[in-house]
Amino acid sequence: MGNNVRTILLEKSAFADNDAEADALREKLKKEGVFLVNVMSSPGAGKTSTLTSLINRLKSSYKVAVMEADIDSDVDARSIAKNTGVESIQLHTGGMCHLDAYMTETGLDAVDGKSFDVVFLENVGNLVCPAEFDTGACLDVVILSTSEGDDKPLKYPLIFEKCDLVVISKIDAVKFFTFDFDKCVENIRMRNPNATIIAISNRTGEGIDALTTYFTNMINKWKEN
Amino acid sequence: MHELGVVSHVIKEVETVAKENNVQKVISLTLEVGEVSTIVPELFKDCFEWSKKRTELMQECELNLVILAAVTYCKDCGETYSTTKHGKTCPKCGSKNTYLITGSEVTIKDIQVE
Repeated sequence: MGNNVRTILLEKSAFADNDAEADALREKLKKEGVFLVNVMSSPGAGKTSTLTSLINRLKSSYKVAVMEADIDSDVDARSIAKNTGVESIQLHTGGMCHLDAYMTETGLDAVDGKSFDVVFLENVGNLVCPAEFDTGACLDVVILSTSEGDDKPLKYPLIFEKCDLVVISKIDAVKFFTFDFDKCVENIRMRNPNATIIAISNRTGEGIDALTTYFTNMINKWKEN
Repeated sequence: MHELGVVSHVIKEVETVAKENNVQKVISLTLEVGEVSTIVPELFKDCFEWSKKRTELMQECELNLVILAAVTYCKDCGETYSTTKHGKTCPKCGSKNTYLITGSEVTIKDIQVE
């Protein structure tokens, strides 16, 4: 019996398959001219509100869809549909705390992703798990609200290291919290010297112009090449 | 928190390799987990025990978790040091111009099979 035992060497990252699937998905999106955006944050940082503000600015120029990922319920999908009028679907992760590339592609097929210019993926509210799994998105965004504190980039390094854009939300409420804006920028810069940082308020509309310009440039650049 | 997701990716990979090699059953699996990989070993083991019952070839598979120390390199003075002790700041010269060399990986090292 014992003689039949042998060892097979793998030496392979547990994330290798997901990374390969994510790269393949990005390549496909490039060919189809679809700009997929992965939006990550803590619960309640303002993902849905920020998407609503942004989509209302983008929808006259681009065909936009939204995929809402949550463990349960469809409140976000209904809220986006009601407040923007764009196509929106709810993905249930079945208890999982993040989306991977396979789940993202399944969602894109369900929404007929290739008929859109921009698809926003609102990831599960969580600063830990979504960072480990590449969804295949063309742009990774983290939203950090002033109520969460300026120390979050120190506590959750990976998600800030991996993102392209940090949106600091609820900037109108900054005076109510012990949130040091410059300190926050410094903490983000320590993790990620290249990320773009834009401060916004969905209530007052501050920064939404800058955010819209940023996205317009990124979408056009993706579609050009 | 995302241990279950990582476990399911690992099991998928191991079962694929086992089938390609006409394996009857997988006896053990060695996984290297970096100290700062965000994997909680105890939770990972629980998820693995739950998940392996739902596999074809890994029902009796034993899991060996090897924890790899996290090491950071300083670009300014060339020092390497323990990440968990000193974080981003080099203990020798105080620079923050540093990067992680090892410690964030989750690697499927090898499997023992019959």
